[in-house]
Amino acid sequence: MFLQHVADGLLSGAVIGLGAIGLSFTMKILRFANFSHSELLTWGAYFGLIFFTIAASLGNVFDAPIGPLSFGWGMFVALIFSAVATSALALLLHKLVFEKLNRVAGHMTMVFASFGVALLLRHMVLLIFGPNPIYYSNELQFAVLLPGNVRVLPDQVFLLGLTIIVVFGLHLFMTRSRTGIAMRGVSENPDLSRVAGVNVSSIINWVWIIGASLASVAGVLYGLTVQLRPELGFGLILPLFAAAILGGAGSLYGAVIGGLIVGLSENLSVMIIPTTYKPAVPFLLILAILYFRPEGLFGERK
Amino acid sequence: MSAAISKHVLEATGVVAGYRPELPIIHDVTMYVNAGEIVTIIGPNGAGKSTFIRAIAGLLTVTSGKIMLDGNDITGVPAHLMAASGVGFVPQTDNVFTTLSIHENLVLGGITLPRAQADIRIAKIYERYSILKDRSREKAGVLSGGQRQVLAVARALLNQPRLILLDEPTAGLSPMASGELFTVVRDLAKDGAAVLMVEQNAKAALRISDRGYVLAEGQNRIGGPAKELLEDPEIGKIFLGVRREKTNDRQKMGES
Repeated sequence: MFLQHVADGLLSGAVIGLGAIGLSFTMKILRFANFSHSELLTWGAYFGLIFFTIAASLGNVFDAPIGPLSFGWGMFVALIFSAVATSALALLLHKLVFEKLNRVAGHMTMVFASFGVALLLRHMVLLIFGPNPIYYSNELQFAVLLPGNVRVLPDQVFLLGLTIIVVFGLHLFMTRSRTGIAMRGVSENPDLSRVAGVNVSSIINWVWIIGASLASVAGVLYGLTVQLRPELGFGLILPLFAAAILGGAGSLYGAVIGGLIVGLSENLSVMIIPTTYKPAVPFLLILAILYFRPEGLFGERK
Repeated sequence: MSAAISKHVLEATGVVAGYRPELPIIHDVTMYVNAGEIVTIIGPNGAGKSTFIRAIAGLLTVTSGKIMLDGNDITGVPAHLMAASGVGFVPQTDNVFTTLSIHENLVLGGITLPRAQADIRIAKIYERYSILKDRSREKAGVLSGGQRQVLAVARALLNQPRLILLDEPTAGLSPMASGELFTVVRDLAKDGAAVLMVEQNAKAALRISDRGYVLAEGQNRIGGPAKELLEDPEIGKIFLGVRREKTNDRQKMGES
């Protein structure tokens, strides 16, 4: 039973970690807590549904399930197009709301504005797609039995594999590309980045694009392994913040490890406390990390 | 940017600037720097020395006046375009990216250049400052104060700037590290760059400078050859600590 909880924790932690990376970057580089970030997961998941449906209608190659998975190649098309569409949505929000407010208002105003944006985004999903849960695929899947009597679905193995690939790709981007290095530079010292020749506005656009793309991947993977519903992102808001704060604002690896810790803690907690108290676990983690190490596990101490 | 014939690399005329447009800190400041020249701005704390240099670097809004670089008007050019325009700026504090490696700091310094060209220039920087090459993979945060200044100057040099702005480069450095840094500054001028420096260590800075300006209460007070400023008894009293040194000497004589 313990190993099953560990496996479930790693799976939910992978989704939380992916979603938290963008939130963590926003907190560090844009210097505000963006409560609308979790809604990008919801929009990513529903964009994924639209493109998955379109791709599946194009032919059997896209529609027929790949091996033991519940989906065909259309899911890969959906993941890519969903990332593009969610990035466009994030850039639109940045240009219409956050960039303008940032020029004239303080950080608290930005935080409250993000609450408003979150409400708007969530209710737009409700209006367009309705309140009922939706599934990408109705294919039945059989769990694979792993050593230790752990059962996982093939889609969940795909989730974990894709998360590892995405994080590794992002690691290469952040350490090898000039844009990635500039993002890390802006996150540490925007003024010094400017005098070095970095176009900070362009880097901020990249922060939104990367954060939104990862949120959309996380949203699609959540929709794939659980279900799509308008409150998908709202339900993840606390675990996302817990992961970002736990890992340390601006830290890629911190967000991923923070996500895994949150996922594992939530799933392991049900062994000692009633399941109804499970959502309180991220709260406790936030309190603990803020008390003992406010900069987070991988954050820079000031 | 409009080109015009100018013998000065930097020519700032009647510059008014501050952190907020409605609250200017420097008023009507005029100065120039020629190629291969080291010019030091001295003055008391709060005189607006750093504000002036940050305004030239494009970090602050210039509400009035004109800043020309090699005859081109660069007034109001954003800071990120200044590097490519030929202005290298080394801030007083937080002048390296401590969480990035030394190599990554240099990569950022050459971000406006094509990658291949930036790589060639970074290789030249490594030839010039071997300490940076030897420790290129280490985080800049582990460097000493003097080594950080060298890295900050090296980063600014990647764009081969015509004008180098140094904001209190020896702040917090030991006398030996300060001396080494001044040697680096002299080499920059020898290579033909115009160097404009703000320095608290006024006497030492003026000794390696060609000219100097005295800024007080946000305005130009006096300007001239560095040697004359060093020998001016009034400036000595007010800005170079001569009176304090003499008092100290008298105290020492009394004690003995």
